[in-house]
Amino acid sequence: MDLLSPAGTRWRESDDSSMLASGAPGGPLADRWDEHKFRMRLVNPANRRRYRVLIVGSGLAGAAAAASLGEMGYHVDVFCYQDSPRRAHSIAAQGGINAAKNYRNDGDSVYRLFYDTVKGGDFRARESNVYRLAQVSVDIIDQCVAQGVPFAREYGGLLDNRSFGGAQVSRTFYARGQTGQQLLLGAYQALQRQVQAGTVVVHPRHDMVELVTIDGTANGIVTRDMIDGTIERWSADVVILATGGYGNVFYLSTNAKGCNTTAIWRAHKKGAFFANPCFTQIHPTCIPVSGEHQSKLTLMSESLRNDGRIWVPQRAGDTRPPDQIPEAERDYFLERKYPSFGNLVPRDVASRNAKDVCDQGRGVGPTGLGVYLDFSEAIQRLGAPTIKERYGNLFDMYERITAEDPYSVPMRIFPAIHYTMGGLWVDYDLQSTIPGLFVAGEANFSDHGANRLGASALMQGLADGYYVLPSTIGSYLASQPMGKTPSPDGAAFTDAEAAVRSRVESLLAVGGTRTVDSFHRELGLLMWDHCGMARNEAGLTEALRRLPRLREEFWRDVKVPGSGAMLNQSLEKAQRVADFLELGELMCVDALHRSESCGGHFREESQTPDGEARRDDERFSYVAAWEHGGGPSDPVLHKEPLTFEHVHPTQRSYT
Amino acid sequence: MSGADAPSRPGMRLTLKVWRQADRQAAGRLVTYEAPDVSPDMSFLEMLDVVNEDLILRGDDPIAFDHDCREGICGSCALMVNGYAHGPRRATTVCQLHMREYADGDTIYVEPWRAASFPVLKDLVVDRGALDRIVAAGGFISVPTGSPPDGNATPVPKDDAERAMDAAACIGCGACVAACPNASASLFTGSKLTHLASLPQGQPERHRRALAMVDQMDAEGFGSCTNIGECSAACPKEIPMDVIAQMNADVRRASLRSR
Repeated sequence: MDLLSPAGTRWRESDDSSMLASGAPGGPLADRWDEHKFRMRLVNPANRRRYRVLIVGSGLAGAAAAASLGEMGYHVDVFCYQDSPRRAHSIAAQGGINAAKNYRNDGDSVYRLFYDTVKGGDFRARESNVYRLAQVSVDIIDQCVAQGVPFAREYGGLLDNRSFGGAQVSRTFYARGQTGQQLLLGAYQALQRQVQAGTVVVHPRHDMVELVTIDGTANGIVTRDMIDGTIERWSADVVILATGGYGNVFYLSTNAKGCNTTAIWRAHKKGAFFANPCFTQIHPTCIPVSGEHQSKLTLMSESLRNDGRIWVPQRAGDTRPPDQIPEAERDYFLERKYPSFGNLVPRDVASRNAKDVCDQGRGVGPTGLGVYLDFSEAIQRLGAPTIKERYGNLFDMYERITAEDPYSVPMRIFPAIHYTMGGLWVDYDLQSTIPGLFVAGEANFSDHGANRLGASALMQGLADGYYVLPSTIGSYLASQPMGKTPSPDGAAFTDAEAAVRSRVESLLAVGGTRTVDSFHRELGLLMWDHCGMARNEAGLTEALRRLPRLREEFWRDVKVPGSGAMLNQSLEKAQRVADFLELGELMCVDALHRSESCGGHFREESQTPDGEARRDDERFSYVAAWEHGGGPSDPVLHKEPLTFEHVHPTQRSYT
Repeated sequence: MSGADAPSRPGMRLTLKVWRQADRQAAGRLVTYEAPDVSPDMSFLEMLDVVNEDLILRGDDPIAFDHDCREGICGSCALMVNGYAHGPRRATTVCQLHMREYADGDTIYVEPWRAASFPVLKDLVVDRGALDRIVAAGGFISVPTGSPPDGNATPVPKDDAERAMDAAACIGCGACVAACPNASASLFTGSKLTHLASLPQGQPERHRRALAMVDQMDAEGFGSCTNIGECSAACPKEIPMDVIAQMNADVRRASLRSR
């Protein structure tokens, strides 16, 4: 069991940067991926079935990788905590998926998508990776169309596009407001085809609770069967984690309730470096919290900002209903501060400004934590039927949750944690600092820098799963002895299983007075207050003082009923929250050490005179990759320097 | 009503009759719980969360139920509420159902999906693996990861794409099975068949797919469709019953061909 270090958190910096060889190739940007693929080693098709691949997570990245690797002939096992792989949280993505197809002839290109993504990430991503992402984006659309993904079409039968998240070109493909669902079902169906073919075995309701390494190489995992509590060992030649983001460290987020950090945190504790953990994304258009009972937050597509106008009363403490506040006494603060972008400023800017006006006491709704998103002008201009056609499903959802009709009363919105750019550090091949451990999708840190653009998460998940891993996994396996998968009876597996059992028993044995959820809520509030939309040294220091105490209290006073040998949802949650309690501390350390502002990471000490984020490229143009120091409070910092050969770093400006 | 000065409404006192079953083999029974202070703004699952927090603190076993996204798209949640799959509200999963549908003093029955093909694992949690096996039998278009033709190489009439999307909206929750007196999975199977049969990409395997999926559906022990329509009425995505007609037509055509 991990207990607090009495001295509190300290980090040290490593002088050994050799661990972080990105392996990103040089040469002309456009040729790098092809050249790299050509240099890779291959596994003969007849030999592939002699290699075992474990994939944890069945979202876009995991399902796409499993379907592709299974089809190539590898022996694949897939694990997910849901009762079916089709339910992974990729399914909830609404808006769309970017691809540099240039079907609109509006000047889009692979280079422009690359450029937009590097700039949108506030110059904290690797150029080679981002360029590859933009390159394979076009293949993803073709693949998905062939699978039968019902993308929106025009009357001529060709694919429709829309502009998304303030992009200057129309490069977003979509399937109504359910793009993530349809892309995931495409990958899931491809996966089920391999299940039928016998190349892939899916293990639903299995929680990965430990990574197994042998001589520093990843060779297996330990799982807990969530129906009867059986602890099982799985050995393999390579392990892929595609387990999503860690936004639920904030308790309230737009993530599904089961989303957790356990797989990547266990890997981190076994030697995988954790990169940029403080880079979290906050989405501006979510439905505000209604009370203490709130269990999650619901996101509404940011396309709403195309026609809705965001405002609050000019006067603090103005509690009049919105229709009684005259036009002259309203503050359309985004339009006022950013006349050229108006309500369409990037997510981080919109979110921070909403927080500011609420901090000034001008927030609306019962809690004062909300701003209006008002469609009355758009309805007057375009008519209610047009608005219904564009946003009908979102308006219905809002009405279902709040019992207010957004056609007649302005919506209330507030920002919420939505995505985590940070994750396990990976090289160009998506391999972590543990050989044989690959990480894909939101679980890795790779492509979005300090801020992710809209409609880019689906693109990255599928790029990793369909295109990157099928090449790089083969190259890795070609260097491994064939047919020599380690036995799951070895000492490393025995030790890992023993650690899992002791952890489960420890949690059940505490027998305290507080529920797991009450700790999770407290952790979430602490993180939101001090490591949320705006961060400063005093707040982060305070969080770092309180987090070890909260962790200590958790292990002393948590109450987990029942036994380990049964379907026990409290126990599942307790294991996850125990890991969140440690991750939260690393996030605060990372946020404290990075005293610049960039992307979703806003340090109040580092802003321009008009309150915008100010980067410090001299000191912080690097990836912060944290090595676990043994205890929870003494991480070791490794730096991967970032160099920009093609996109020159500039200060983002949206005025 | 305005959001700015909404008074917080008083809590409701509700009585719950919840199906409790220790595991797959155990006999289950309805157990009564009091929920003394339910806010109308809670979702149905948040109401259960509150009941569970109380059970845990009292040293009891909390009620197990499936849930995940809580925004109506993952298809995890699966509760019979007063005999209705997902509760009383049209086109709404139970995670999106809010307690303002109920009044102070109400008694609410909460049960798992009832179908022989969905065995209860614990309390309100059932095994829906049969639905995955129906998809594995043929609910896909066989396309290797690689370099398929350009996405715009095959135009798809907009109406066909819309029809495909209408059917593809299925979230695989199983409410159709739970609502059907025959426990038929025809709406689920028909929606996947209709999705893929509406697109040119789905034509080459159309007949093979229909036969394979329907065979698997039968092998899983789901009942037959007798056109009652409860499935479509309970479907949170309002999948229309004509997907079942499409399924039957394709199976008939496929059977004639294979003869």
